[in-house]
Amino acid sequence: MKTAVINLDQVSKEYIDAANKITRRVVICAGTGCVANGALKVYDAFLSETSAAGVDVVTELRAEETKGDLRISRSGCQGFCQMGPLVTIEPEGILYTRVKPEDAAEIVRTTLIEGALVDRLLYVDPVSGTRCTGTAEIPFYARQSRTVLKKCGHIDPEDIIEYIAAEGYTAAREAYTRMTPQTICEEILHSGLRGRGGGGFPTGRKWDLTRKQPGPKKYVICNGDEGDPGAFMDRSVMEGNPHSVIEGMMIAARAIGADEGYVYVRAEYPLAVSRIRKAVTDAEAMGLLGDNVFGTEHSFHIDVMEGAGAFVCGEETALIGSIEGKRGMPLPKPPFPAQSGLFGKPTVINNVETLASVPIIMRMGAAEFRSYGTESSPGTKTFALTGHVVNTGLIEVPFGATLREIVYNIGGGVTNDRGEVTGESFKAVQIGGPSGGCLTEEHLELPLDFDSLKGVGAMVGSGGLVVMNKQTCMVRMARYFMQFTQNESCGKCVLCREGTKQMLALLDDIIEGNATGHTLEMLEKLAIAVQKGSLCGLGKTAPNPILSLMRHFRAEYEAHVHQKRCPAGECKALAIPEIDPEKCKGCTMCAKKCPVGAISGEVKKPHVISAEVCIKCGACVAACKFDAVML
Amino acid sequence: MDKTFVNVDGRDIPIEGERNLLELIRKAGIDIPTFCYHSDLSVYGACRLCLVDIEGRGIVTSCSTLPEPGMKIRTKTEEIREIRKIAVELLLANHDQSCPTCPKSASCQLQNLARRLGIEEVRFKRTHTPAPVDRTSPSLVRDPNKCVLCGDCVRACSEIQGIGAVDFAGRGASSTVVPAFGKDLSKVECVYCGLCASVCPTGAITPKSEVDAVWRALDNPKKKVVAQIAPAVRVALGEHFGMEPGTVTTGQIAAALKAIGFAQVYDTSFAADLTVVEEANEFLDRAERGERLPQFTSCCPSWVKFAEQYYPDLLPNLSSCRSPQQMFGSVAREVLPEKLNVSAKDIVIVSIMPCTAKKFEAKRPEFKHDGIPDVDHVLTTQELGRMIEESGLDFKRLEPESLDMPLGFKTGAGVIFGASGGVTEAVLRYAVEKISGVRLDAFDFRDVRGEEGIREATISAAGKEIRLAIVHGLANARKVADKVRAGECDYDLIEVMTCPGGCIGGAGQPVSRDPNVKRRRARGLYDSDKMLELHKSQDNPVVTQCYAKHLGEIGGEKAHALLHTHYASRKRIADTDLDLLNGTDSDKLDVSVCVGTSCMVRGSQELLHSLIDYIEERGLQNAVDVRATFCFEQCDRGPTVSVGGNVMEKCTFERARKALEDALGKLNSEEVKVEN
Repeated sequence: MKTAVINLDQVSKEYIDAANKITRRVVICAGTGCVANGALKVYDAFLSETSAAGVDVVTELRAEETKGDLRISRSGCQGFCQMGPLVTIEPEGILYTRVKPEDAAEIVRTTLIEGALVDRLLYVDPVSGTRCTGTAEIPFYARQSRTVLKKCGHIDPEDIIEYIAAEGYTAAREAYTRMTPQTICEEILHSGLRGRGGGGFPTGRKWDLTRKQPGPKKYVICNGDEGDPGAFMDRSVMEGNPHSVIEGMMIAARAIGADEGYVYVRAEYPLAVSRIRKAVTDAEAMGLLGDNVFGTEHSFHIDVMEGAGAFVCGEETALIGSIEGKRGMPLPKPPFPAQSGLFGKPTVINNVETLASVPIIMRMGAAEFRSYGTESSPGTKTFALTGHVVNTGLIEVPFGATLREIVYNIGGGVTNDRGEVTGESFKAVQIGGPSGGCLTEEHLELPLDFDSLKGVGAMVGSGGLVVMNKQTCMVRMARYFMQFTQNESCGKCVLCREGTKQMLALLDDIIEGNATGHTLEMLEKLAIAVQKGSLCGLGKTAPNPILSLMRHFRAEYEAHVHQKRCPAGECKALAIPEIDPEKCKGCTMCAKKCPVGAISGEVKKPHVISAEVCIKCGACVAACKFDAVML
Repeated sequence: MDKTFVNVDGRDIPIEGERNLLELIRKAGIDIPTFCYHSDLSVYGACRLCLVDIEGRGIVTSCSTLPEPGMKIRTKTEEIREIRKIAVELLLANHDQSCPTCPKSASCQLQNLARRLGIEEVRFKRTHTPAPVDRTSPSLVRDPNKCVLCGDCVRACSEIQGIGAVDFAGRGASSTVVPAFGKDLSKVECVYCGLCASVCPTGAITPKSEVDAVWRALDNPKKKVVAQIAPAVRVALGEHFGMEPGTVTTGQIAAALKAIGFAQVYDTSFAADLTVVEEANEFLDRAERGERLPQFTSCCPSWVKFAEQYYPDLLPNLSSCRSPQQMFGSVAREVLPEKLNVSAKDIVIVSIMPCTAKKFEAKRPEFKHDGIPDVDHVLTTQELGRMIEESGLDFKRLEPESLDMPLGFKTGAGVIFGASGGVTEAVLRYAVEKISGVRLDAFDFRDVRGEEGIREATISAAGKEIRLAIVHGLANARKVADKVRAGECDYDLIEVMTCPGGCIGGAGQPVSRDPNVKRRRARGLYDSDKMLELHKSQDNPVVTQCYAKHLGEIGGEKAHALLHTHYASRKRIADTDLDLLNGTDSDKLDVSVCVGTSCMVRGSQELLHSLIDYIEERGLQNAVDVRATFCFEQCDRGPTVSVGGNVMEKCTFERARKALEDALGKLNSEEVKVEN
């Protein structure tokens, strides 16, 4: 059966005509974060409250006669997850934060009917204390340049028509009907697009290599196995704008001559899975996917595969193995997937964000794309900003933005353990998750891009940005990431499987106060061996946090080892006992029992423990009959 | 074409079609260390020991890198030495290090590398946690405490034998190599060929020793212990004592066994001659009738178990002949009591075999009569080597002795059984003579010899053509069996040997990684054939006497009772039933649904769910036991469901429900009757 070729312009025009009749729109964020906080109940509340108020509402915009001029829709992640559920009112651009279902009635009455603001739901900038009406006034948004994420927080991810009305699939049409595989590769190559999954390999070159491979059967794989702790860029794109990913895959398929593609998504992303599935089904129904794409002789089919929960399946050869039904374990390269990938056929495997950037580049042109970012890293990059900052969430900035810009302007500054912004709390940023490295005060002015980060021993990685304040122990930080990679090692190669386990044991020794100078030496040697000798990217990058944290915070490591002291005060085993002067009777028992003479004080007066001398043996704690000595 | 070179540690080494840098470096005389590289298996790249530094590219594994002209590589930089040391230390830290008592002690690769790399201390914490050792298999012992997770066994089992009886489970530091579902080796589809043990670099999988049991029998004055020596043993045992592979040591073996205390030393090759006569007649009979062709050989016990598991429909095509080992056992029990003047139960028959699966074969219930097994103990070549060592004998200097009569007399046909193609050739020496009715003077059938995994040959005799296939490695056997099943080939006779190269490559033989070793052992057997007086089984006078005195007609009733056997379809995974509903009624109904792969793809899981839903809806939980089973081996006719013992193929939910209702109705009506 041959489906009629879809007329995108017609579909788009009809939608826009219908949209023009709508004067106001309520967009409720339905990203995973907001949904978890009850966004879907908020959506339902809006529907029932508007109905109760007698306001006619449109939920799905179609060319047919629609009643009413208010539209209520759901969107993908709007980014400011910490403040969710988020509700945007257009055209005013009002952003209400932390909206509960019971707020719907007030918003309907005050804003939709009376045209006034509900002040208590507006975001208050903690730095300036000002109430912000919309995203333009909120520093978190105002400082970003949302390109890939632009439509995420706006369009209805489950409505293919809305995507088409926003010029969707026009880039794919261009690729299939007016361009050759070679010109597509050239365009992407000119744009300078580099893989957003971590490696930063030029996408155009990857495509061109695969294009040149002989053979009629090739595959395109979208790598949506995002697994770094705290990273959710790809999830947001798949949930918020799944059609952009599909369109990117179509263009990649045309560029290399593939007729089949797979989207490999973590099963832990149920919303992303269902949205991508729906998007594929809708695109098939519209004749966009399938045989004779845009009336050409080319066909392209997409399957959606759920991962089984292994972090290592984000590694391309392991991912391919997983699709083939094998245990997800990396293979030695070469051969590269471009030469022999899925089922032994040439395969392009790109990250979600990379693929979502493709239609944008095709529409704006390579030159325009290059105007964003830096010379070697054009375009924008999404980051998941978390940790000790005022504003956390999903952000997108051009490459070349400085760390200061991200942490202080978008993130709103570093908080201390009491949640206060003091201006002196900043200690470090871990960038690139468990494979990345750390950046310190000296890097605050560093323009972030693929190469500058590599130069300082860190990496863009998949884009996790964890901000740490002065109360964070850098040994525990390394341990946190090592625990993760240790758990997620596939177990295939000796250095990664056994090496991560031993690095973890060495870090535990440091944290527990059992380390010697030998521990640090072995940790470093082992880290380098694992980095140089492991089979795949996971193993090769697993020691990065240790090596980078040890380089920048050597003194802190040495304090743990040589003085048995945790400067950040986080390591309980290294904590110095303290004497509560209220409870201390000055009986001198503790001072007598102390083997190193660390306790001093006059009889019948509160005693004190010298941190320099104390060896944390705990004898004083056991000796005190008044529970005055506490660890 | 001009020669191209790779510079290895300053020397230019020509590229001559090597598949990877590791092969090229080894060609240069540098034995680069590795655990996970095997020339017969796929490249795995996990042990990280074969690292080299390529100028401009950095450190890579040589096993997975193609040689390129002009490459400059260094194999022992300070950095590489340190990484190698760390890798071996990491393995040792997670190893139980009970080296002196390990069966692999002398030939352990881990021990060897630790010594070679000069590792004098392990700088890491001991992280090894003991895991139980699996001794349930009759042939192999699996000791996970010794495993270095190199995956050699996993790849050997799946790539060469096409089985996959062991595979990886768990992730990261909790990775292990285990049989399916973590079951014991004796409960899964393992065919006991022991290829895993022969590729294992450590003592994680080893042949199961019966040495102690044999010593005990030898020490028992009431028992007469006799030995049979398989053909392949005589060309390999010498290697255990530093002799060249292929050296024929039959005389020394006889001397050693006598010195150890064996009463008589016989030859399995004699029984092989018997096998030839029976099997060739069976073949000619089938050929005449045009029945059950092609005929598969049946002397390899791993192949027999494989066929029982995967090709139950082809079992009628297997020769019903017992293997030479088992023919020897039954004939010896018949012949020896009178000859040795001792009661049958006091004769202890010990086989010396190149094979681990023979241990399993000897324990098959078909080969046990009145509680006495036809063969009591099976020792591998390695085990015999260790017994000789324990005895303190200097094997090389033993004065050769001859084998005992009558069961020590054989022809060359019975000796070449030990090499792939040997059984076929021996059968041809009989069959061609019988078909043509003319005495065969040129008895070498070189067309059937060779090393290819699947070989074909056509032999003409008196205008008739015999189409042959010779196969070794069960992955190859699977290919041929699939073709037979699909009717895509027209072979008459198919020889299958599980081990690469045939019995000479058996897992009970001294371990060697040199592919030339098998070639030289085979040469030893063919040379041995040449040295013997007779070359055709039909010329063996003892065989003739044996028929006359003990066995009667060839293929006759007595011969059948002693020399033939039968086969049966076998579950791949034993007792894996999962209880899903546990009925409490005393006369509850047993319902089982197969959830094996074939049934699952035919919808058995959905059927199972619907059935359980139905039972729960109707409140029948107490009246039925529902189990998921694995499997009924009716794979092409699934889903298979059993309701109260009534097995239904191609079952649907409706049929299962109907059967359930009928069965319960019957139960209920019986109840009603009792009450009335």
